[in-house]
Amino acid sequence: MKAKTPDNVREVRFDEFSSSDSLIKAAEQAHKRNYKDFLIVDVDSHHYESESYGEIFKFIDNPVIRRQALESASRGGRSSMLGGSVGYQDIGGRITRHWLRRHEKTEGPEHRDITTTLRWMDAMGVDYACLFPTPMLFLGTHPQVEIEVAMARAYNRWLCDTILEHEPRIISMLYLPFNDPEATYQMVKDFGHRKGVKGFMVTAPRYKPVHDNAYMKTYRLLEEMGLPISFHAAYNWNDQSLQLTNRFIGVHALGFMWFNMVHMTNWVVNGLPERFPKLKVMWIESGLTWAYSLMQRLDHSYKMRTSDCPALKRKPSEYMREMYFSSQPMEMPDDPSILEATFKMINAETQLVWSSDYPHWDFDLPGVIYDLPFLNEQSKRNILGGNAAKLFNLDPKPVKNIPTARSLK
Amino acid sequence: MEIFVAKKSEFKASDRRIVQSERGEIGVFHHEGGFYAYSNTCLHSGGPACEGVLMPKVVDIIAEDRTYQGQEFDESEMHFVCPWHGWEYDIKTGQSIGDRRQFLRKFEVVERGDDVFVIA
Repeated sequence: MKAKTPDNVREVRFDEFSSSDSLIKAAEQAHKRNYKDFLIVDVDSHHYESESYGEIFKFIDNPVIRRQALESASRGGRSSMLGGSVGYQDIGGRITRHWLRRHEKTEGPEHRDITTTLRWMDAMGVDYACLFPTPMLFLGTHPQVEIEVAMARAYNRWLCDTILEHEPRIISMLYLPFNDPEATYQMVKDFGHRKGVKGFMVTAPRYKPVHDNAYMKTYRLLEEMGLPISFHAAYNWNDQSLQLTNRFIGVHALGFMWFNMVHMTNWVVNGLPERFPKLKVMWIESGLTWAYSLMQRLDHSYKMRTSDCPALKRKPSEYMREMYFSSQPMEMPDDPSILEATFKMINAETQLVWSSDYPHWDFDLPGVIYDLPFLNEQSKRNILGGNAAKLFNLDPKPVKNIPTARSLK
Repeated sequence: MEIFVAKKSEFKASDRRIVQSERGEIGVFHHEGGFYAYSNTCLHSGGPACEGVLMPKVVDIIAEDRTYQGQEFDESEMHFVCPWHGWEYDIKTGQSIGDRRQFLRKFEVVERGDDVFVIA
């Protein structure tokens, strides 16, 4: 006969899932570190918009493309309008939330993505989260520009109407269909004033240079509206250089730096910071070491080759130090003095903004910042929320509701 | 302090239990006839290290001429994987595979008849 399981013993189940329970140990950390006392803003988090394609596709304006999208979504099969990218983010099933999340139960009238997002936010101690899509991070490499434009507009309308309009703790920087400069400009005009829209985002894997004259009126408009532009990293395993890598660790480690390094280099050497001195620029999900490296590389060459970038009045690193950098995936060298030097180089006190990237495989908790030995309490709070609150014009009063941790029950 | 975990006969192959103790949560694994118990707090970022999947070590097959011939599982080294980020640990030693200098805190397991206890 089976003995009664004692109250202090539990089994591990793989047929149920809750965002709150799976992060209950994060809630424990949040309580121990008193996150309830200060604002935490996550500038880069995600949902899986592909789970809502049936809803999103209905927002596609063009009836022909809408029909194609709805048909390809309903049938499944060997091809689809949006395609996909080769990837092994769940490390062969080792990241269990990726395949368990389908078991998560939600109730109430709000959209499922609102419910699940608020659950993980509260567990981590996050007050506001900037929400981004997941498969659409690769849409910039779609061979049909009109599909990128159609999907961007449909997704942004759906996000504003369905999520941002209904939940003030979820904000976003909306997707820009960057392969079409005119549509990019129109997107900012049409959506820049919507509730919860705190800026606009360019997915980094793409092959249009950021210094193309066609984008200048968009940058000017963003500058006038006081809205930041961000570049969200991702990889493109079909890129000729990255095709040389044969393991996901390789394409991920390099790819998430590569495109942002190219865009940053173009942004600086073409003098865009001088042309748009008040435009706020953020670099997302490349970690920090790339900036530390690129600052030194560009400064070194600049002193010999000022004629290559005559628009600059200062060294490249001085412009880069005025931009914003999201923290995740924050490299953790064994020697913390190396990380401390990186923080100093990018002026982390005011320019670093914490991000989780949850629920993706390499997400960070606020502890990656809070537990650093070389930061004082105020610096920690600036990076975890204060800097982003200023950038996004958010109320600094904490609004989270951290669930009770198991050890405190 | 001895904490009753479960009847041995209730453990399926490669089964585990999570035990709440005054020294934190402990994961108790039953694997290849033996019991192994470790702190359920991952050395990486504090995740539930003992609540993920079990998966054998992956090895590259390198031939005598040093050419790569694919990959396979080494069933003799079973890992348990922290579900948050994929940190792997050797189920028999608690050794972190990504940094073999590090080990999860290990706890002693005692069998008395069909009863299984962890010492915490």
